[in-house]
Amino acid sequence: MFDRILPYLLAGISVGGQYALIAVGYTMVYGILRLINFAHGDIFTAAGFFMVYFAAAMPLYVAAPLVVVATVLLGFVVERVAYKPLRSAPRMSIMISAIGVSYLLQNLMWYVTGGLAKQYPVLPWISEQITIGPASTKMATVVTPVITVLLVVALVMLIKHTKIGMAMRAVSRDFETAQLMGIKINSVISMTFVIGSFLAAIGSMLYFSNYTTVTPTIGAMPGLKAFVAAVFGGIGSIPGAVIGAMLIGICENVIKAVGYTTFSDAFTFALLIVVLVFKPTGLFGEKTSEKV
Amino acid sequence: MSLLKVTDLRVSYGGIEALRGISFDVEQGQIVTLIGANGAGKSTTLRAIAGLVKPAGGSIVFEGRDITTMDPQKVVASGIAMVPEGRRVFDNLTVHENLRIGAYLRKDETSIREDIDRVYELFPRLRERHWQLAGTLSGGEQQMLAVGRAMMTRPKLLMMDEPSLGLAPLIVKDIFAIIRRLSDSGITILLIEQNANAALRCANVGYVLETGNITMSGTGSQLLSDQRVRDAYLGTR
Repeated sequence: MFDRILPYLLAGISVGGQYALIAVGYTMVYGILRLINFAHGDIFTAAGFFMVYFAAAMPLYVAAPLVVVATVLLGFVVERVAYKPLRSAPRMSIMISAIGVSYLLQNLMWYVTGGLAKQYPVLPWISEQITIGPASTKMATVVTPVITVLLVVALVMLIKHTKIGMAMRAVSRDFETAQLMGIKINSVISMTFVIGSFLAAIGSMLYFSNYTTVTPTIGAMPGLKAFVAAVFGGIGSIPGAVIGAMLIGICENVIKAVGYTTFSDAFTFALLIVVLVFKPTGLFGEKTSEKV
Repeated sequence: MSLLKVTDLRVSYGGIEALRGISFDVEQGQIVTLIGANGAGKSTTLRAIAGLVKPAGGSIVFEGRDITTMDPQKVVASGIAMVPEGRRVFDNLTVHENLRIGAYLRKDETSIREDIDRVYELFPRLRERHWQLAGTLSGGEQQMLAVGRAMMTRPKLLMMDEPSLGLAPLIVKDIFAIIRRLSDSGITILLIEQNANAALRCANVGYVLETGNITMSGTGSQLLSDQRVRDAYLGTR
C-alpha cells in the first residue's frame, strides 16, 4: 500500500510546493491592496515562455537568471500600468483591470507563439530522474519542497525583521498613516509585486520541468489552485498560503492514488466551497474586526 | 516670520467646498488651536497641510518653503508630524515597532534609540508594553503611542487631530498635560479639538472655524471669555 502511495505523496508535496510559490504572490498582493491579482497565473505562464525563448538563444546559466529578471519586470510593469492609476478608484475597477491584464497577457502569448505548444527546455539536474525507495521521480520533486520552505522562511524573516518588511506590514494596514510616517506606499506596493513575481518565476521553473511543453493557458489551472490555496489558508497570511497549497497538492495526488483521478480537480474546488461555508476567513485568516 | 503660514486655503471634495479660503499663522513655540463643530473643516485643514488632500487654492508655507502641493512623505521629511484622528496606530505592529516606524526616514541609529528611550520616559506604560501588539493597548495608551510615534519623526511642528476624542475624562487630562510638556520642550503644536474648553485653556492662540471659514481668532483666554464662543462651543450660558 505504502509503496503504491509514496510516489503520489511525493508528487503531492512537490506540486504543493509549486502551488505555494504562486499562492504567496496572490496572498501578499491581497494583503496590501485587497486585490485578487487575476493576472498572477498568467505571469507564471509568461515565466515559462521566457524560459522557452531565452534558453533557445543563450546558455541556461544565463537564461535562468534572466527569466527571473524578466518575470519580476513584468509583474512590476503590470502593477504600474494597470493598478497604480486606479489607487483611489473603487475596488471593483481595479479587479476588472486585473481580469483585463490576465486576458491581455494570455492573448499576447497566443499571438507570440502562434498558438503552438512550445517545448520547455530540459533543465540540468532538476529534470534528472532519481529513485527514492520504490518511487522513481524527477529531482524537481525532491528539490521543490526544500526550495519552497527556504524561500518562504526567508520571506517571513524579511517581513518580520527588516525595515521594508515593517513598512509592508504598516502599509497593509493603513495607507494614509503609513504615508504620514514618510513611507512611499507605491514603492512598497511595487516591492510586493516584485517578490510575488520572483517566487512565481522560481515556481514556474520547478513546475514546467515536470512537463514537456508550455501553452498560453497552461498556467490557468495551477494559478487557480494556488488562489484556492491562498483562500483556503486564509488570504493575506503567508504561512496559510503555504500550508493550504501543500494540503491541496497532497490531497489531489492522494485522490489520484486511490483511483479517482477524474475528481482530483473537482476536489480542490469543492474544498474551497466547504472552507468558505464553514470558515470564511480560511485556516489562518485574520479576523477583520473594525475598531472604533 | 511664522513657522507655518496658511493663506486663503481652499479645499473641495467633489465640488463641495470644505475650506473656503482660510488664513492663519502658527508662530514658533506656540500652541495654536482650531476649534469648531463637526464638519467645520478642522480635519481637512490638517490633512491639507500634511499633504493627504491637495488644496484647490491658496498656499501653505512652512519655514519659508511652499509645501502646498507636497507629497505627505516630503512634508514629514520637512518637519511636520501628525497624530491622526482616532490614533490610527498600526495594530499589527508591536509598540516598539510603531515607534521605530515613526523614525522610518531617519538613518541615525543611535539617536533613534535615544529618542525611543525618551518616549518611554515620557510614557512609562509604553515601555512596560513595548513587545505587545499595539492593537491590544487601551485607547489612552494608543493615543500616547500615536504621540510617541509622531515624536519619532523629530517634528518642528506637531499637528494633533482630536487627541482627546473617545477617551475617559481622567485620560483627557493626561493628554493635555502631555501637550503642555511637549510645548515646553520646544515643539510647536497645532491642535484641533471638539473639547474647546480644554483646548483654549492650553493654547496661546485660537481660531474658530465655521463651515469652512475662520470667523474669530484671538488668544486662548480671549476666546474663552468671548460670549459667542461660550454660547456656541463651551456650553456655558
